[in-house]
Parts: sequence; structure tokens; C-alpha cells
Amino acid sequence: MVKLTIPEEEYMLPGHVACQGCGATIAMRYLLKALGGKTIVSIPACCWAVIPGVYPSRTLEVPLLYTAFETTGASISGIRAALDMMGDTETTVVGFAGDGGTADIGLQSLSGAVERGENVIYVMYDNEAYMNTGIQRSSSTPAGAWTTTTPGGSKKEWKKRPKKSVIEIMIAHDIQYAATLTVSYPEDFIKKVKRAMEIKGPKFLQVLSPCPTGWKSDPAKAVELARLAVQSRVFPLYEFDHGKYKISMKPKQVPVREYLKPQGRFRHLTDEEIETIQMHTDEQWEILLAKEKFTNELYK
Amino acid sequence: MVKKVITGNGASANGARLAKPKVIAAYPITPQTSIIEKLALMVSNGELDAKFIKVESEHSAMAACIAAQNTGVRTYTASSSHGLALMHELLMWASGARLPIVMTDVNRAMGPPWSIWADQQDTIAQRDTGWIQFYVASNQEALDTIILAYKVAETVNLPAMSIEDAFILSHTMESVDIPEQETVDSFLPPYEPKFRLKVGEPMGFGSLVMPEGYMEFRYKISEAMDEARNVIRTVGKEFGETFGRKYGLVEEYKTDDAEVVLVIAGSVASTAMEVVDMMRDEGKKAGVLRIRSFRPFPYEEIRKVAKQAGLIGVFDRSYTGGFGGAIGTEVKGALYNSDASLPVKNYIAGLGGRDITPKVLRKIFEDMFESLNGGVKKEVEWVGLRDGSGRW
Repeated sequence: MVKLTIPEEEYMLPGHVACQGCGATIAMRYLLKALGGKTIVSIPACCWAVIPGVYPSRTLEVPLLYTAFETTGASISGIRAALDMMGDTETTVVGFAGDGGTADIGLQSLSGAVERGENVIYVMYDNEAYMNTGIQRSSSTPAGAWTTTTPGGSKKEWKKRPKKSVIEIMIAHDIQYAATLTVSYPEDFIKKVKRAMEIKGPKFLQVLSPCPTGWKSDPAKAVELARLAVQSRVFPLYEFDHGKYKISMKPKQVPVREYLKPQGRFRHLTDEEIETIQMHTDEQWEILLAKEKFTNELYK
Repeated sequence: MVKKVITGNGASANGARLAKPKVIAAYPITPQTSIIEKLALMVSNGELDAKFIKVESEHSAMAACIAAQNTGVRTYTASSSHGLALMHELLMWASGARLPIVMTDVNRAMGPPWSIWADQQDTIAQRDTGWIQFYVASNQEALDTIILAYKVAETVNLPAMSIEDAFILSHTMESVDIPEQETVDSFLPPYEPKFRLKVGEPMGFGSLVMPEGYMEFRYKISEAMDEARNVIRTVGKEFGETFGRKYGLVEEYKTDDAEVVLVIAGSVASTAMEVVDMMRDEGKKAGVLRIRSFRPFPYEEIRKVAKQAGLIGVFDRSYTGGFGGAIGTEVKGALYNSDASLPVKNYIAGLGGRDITPKVLRKIFEDMFESLNGGVKKEVEWVGLRDGSGRW
């Protein structure tokens, strides 16, 4: 008999207004399944500021506080402080922000919250660009990607520098728990959220959330694409738990070309450029393996 | 009741303590810092049962206050100048979300060039954010206004700012009555919001609204701001009955028979009142109307004074880039379409902490009498400029 690890309870009602194949919507659904109803969510400007619906509609079964673009870290700190002062230390407080709101404009307030040790969960749903405003590059956009502000043109100005690693910035804060997740591995997703709930203090979860609209890919293949991101090692799934790195899965490697090919945003890449991305991906994987080995020996 | 000799910042910190906020989120900036230092110590000593979130910016300070207040507790913060400017986006958010947050701003000039000294540019620049603004004139008033502001704010569901002058009040010692906690508790009941973030009641706060719905939210804010005028009068009277010090939207000083009235805000009003006494000793009928509440704007009080005065001077300690200073244009706005028909002259002075001495104010009053008799030759006058003109 198969053991059911994904909770049956739903905290997302039908009727949301996300695009077809939206990874961020699946991410919220799994997140709330894992967290349960005793949760308060704060959401800044991002796709998810629209997805729950227009006033007076709502699609979430938990209280929701919208907040300004760059304030998620401060907002969840404020909710937590008020709940604690009211004697409620049980309710989970979650920030749910996009990559622009996390890696760019909201990085300061996130850093502040994590450094202070706020007892909150911060979820970065990473669709690798400003999708709500219409696909502009963020610092979490990968190298080589087309966006409306890295449009290529005659000077071939695609995104030049690699994706900023927010999880590694969080690890540099001496955070107790940080992890990468994606929507194509729900069991792993839910396990990590549950682990985050066990820890008192700041927790950071970075969820790769395919955006068929911005990635110029088939909405029906969103989950498959997220799986290819993991298999190609472009987005490895791992945890940082009290100093130790733990790679969640080490699947047989798929060439990055397989991940890039179905996405229109990478269509212009030459073989040489794809090879550069492959090399960078391999290097990063080696670094991650070394970190896992080193930290596990250090904290044996 | 205890009488203590304390600074304006000490008074503000004590006012905040007595109002019992449950969450304080604040960031240091001169000359406000000693308010939050004192509060940090009060929290650390257990004198104040609150969580102090030591945020990484003023922007986050207001964001955290907003979230905490939305969760259901009373909050407090303090800032100044560039800090207040950084908060701007969230000041709009606080009023839009109808949260009765109370903060202190220590009035300080904006850079560049850098200046840490008093003027009102920082708060005047926030006049359109939907916050109630109280300009105080003494350390006692700084303490009292915080307690009073919570009651007003929680009645009309708008945030409120108590504003004290940099250094002139913030770092100057005065004798201040510190009320007993029991008396404050009897005046200011615990905060009980109608709506809050609550598990089991899944509401969304601040969601997207279509053009069919947006305007009504704004209209309700304007109604609340209008209602605040009477609430301030009522609560100010009640404050007087409880603590022995009554407050209104304005403070009138010898306006009843004044031929010229200077409209002024902040601690410099007390110097102006001294000068009025000097002028009156010489038989010159001058008066002062101190604006305590700039938002909501006391247009009725202005109109009343204008009915019998011959000329109104308006003292602005900021500059807007419009037709004169902010208080000047507001006063003119209040008088247009009213029964009063009298000249109004606007004086810009004391920017970046430049001293406003009795001598400077005397010149202003003399100019007002001159203009009353000979007509207003220059509608907007910069006072005390060292530009070589020698006029002032």
C-alpha cells in the first residue's frame, strides 16, 4: 500500500486568476497543505498579489496581509511580534514573495529579519524574472535568458551575469534552516516545509516556480520543466540544516540543453553559449558536493 | 503625578511608554535617536511590556508597525527627516489600511546640504499621506500629544504623528508633568480593533480593488479626516478634564482684538507670543494663532480669527516650490470663499535650524503692520537671508 504523504486538506479555493501552468500557484497549494490552517501569510507586490483574486474575492483559507514590494521581511516580523505579544506563539507566520521582491527590492528587509532571528518562514517563489509586470529581468534571472529588459537586439544583450544565489546569502546569515524546493517533487516539498515548521527562528525556502508565460514554454509542461531543472543540476534540491548541507537528490545527469531547449527564453543561445552554461552548472554542482562533504565532516 | 526635568525626546519616550504599545519598530536617526534608546531600555528593564523590533531601516520600521497593528496590537515608532522621507510609501499604506499607528517625528531639515537642525520640511512633505499631524510647542505637549493622539487615531482609524522641533525641544530640558499610569489607562482604553488578522477568519487585507471600488476607500479617509476635527476638540477637552491641560486644533494668543495675527506652528510660536507681549506694551495690537493640528487643517478657527483681524501673516518653516509655503497656501485656501476679505502675507524663515530670535519675529510683526497700512508689497518673503540685500 502506498503511504499518502501529501495532506488531503485544501487551503486554496478554486477561482484564482493565475496563468495556465503557473508554478507559483502549485507552490502555494503545497505550502499551505504542509503548513495547515493555523497560518498567516503576508504577500508583497508580485504575481501572488493578484492571483488570490480581486476585492472582495479571495482564494486562500488563511488570513492574508498584502504588503509593499520591499517589505515582506519586515511585515512578517511585525505579525510575529504582535502574535507573540498576544500570547500566540503557535500560529505559523509566512512571507510569500517572488524573486524580484526577494533577491532585489526586498533583500534588505529579508536580511534584517533573518539576522534578527525572527521566528518566521520566508518563501521565495522563484520564477526568475519580474513576471507580474511583464517579464523584466531580476537578479534571479539566469545568464543567457531573454526578458523584456534583456531583449537581445542587434547587440545581443541577453542577461549576462549568472543568477544571484539568495539561498547562499541566507546561509551567510548563519540561518538555521534553508532549502531549495520545486513543484515537481511534492513529497520533498512538503517534507521541507514540515522540517521548517519544527525549527524556531528564521527559515528560508527557495521554490523554483516555472512560469510558462515568461519562460515561453508549454503550460502543460511546467511540472516537467521544473523536474528537468533538477535533473540537469541547474536547480539542485538541497537543504542547509544547522550548518550541514544535504543534497536532497542526486539524479542521473541530464544535459542542460534538455532543460533549455523547451524554453523560448533560451531559444537564441548558440551551441557555444549552451556549453558555457553547462560548464558553469557542472562547477556549481561540484562546489555543492564539496560543501556537503565538508560540512558533514565538520559537524559529524 | 511626577514632575521631572526632561528633554523633548524624554517626554516623547514617556508618552509612548504610558500609551502601552505592544510593538515598537524603530531605526536610529539624529535627532530622534534618544527616544528609541530610552524605549529600548524601558523594554529591556521590563518597565514597558512590548516587543522592540530593531529593524534595518525606517521603511521596515513602518512596515513592521503596519503588520503588527493589522495583527491587533498598538504600535509606536519615531523618526526624523530622511528617515521619515524613506517611510513615505508606508505612511500612505498605514492611512490607506486605516491603522491608528502613532509616531513621533523630530522636525529636521532635509539634505542636501546635510543639516541635522530644525525646520518643518520633512513633515510638510508628508502632509498628503493621510496622517493626522500635531505640531507641539513644548516638552509637556510632546508627552501629552502621544497619549491624546492614540485616542484620536483609534477613534477615527487614521494614523497620527506628534511632531517636535529638533534640538529646540528634542534635546532641551523642561519641567514636565508625567501622569500616573492609572490615569492614562482611564483615559486611553486598551486597543480593540474591529478587524484583524486572525486564524479561523481568513480575510485578506489590502487586496487589489478595481476602479469601481477604489474611490470609496479614499472618500472614507477624507470623511475620517473631517471627523477628526471634532474628535480632536472633544478628546482635547476630555484630556483637559483628566490631566488639567486642554488642547484644541489651535492655540489662540491675544487674537480677540488683534489687528495683525501671525499663524505659526511649532516651538517658535512661544517666542512669537513673547514678541506679541512686547508689541502690545507699545500699543500695537498683535496676536498669534498657533496651529497645533495641521492635518486635519483648522479652517474654521482660521476663518474665525480672520473675521476681525486686518491682516494675517503666515510663518512657514519649509518651502514647497509652490506659491509660498505650505501653511501659507492652506491659510489662503481656507479664507477664499469665506466672509473674510483681508490680505495674507507669507514668511519663509528658520530653514535648516537658522535661529528665529525675538528680533526676527519683531521685524515680521513690524512688516505686518506696515503691510496692513501700506499694502502687501511682496506676498512671499524669505526672512533672514544673508544675500546682501540687507532687507531683513
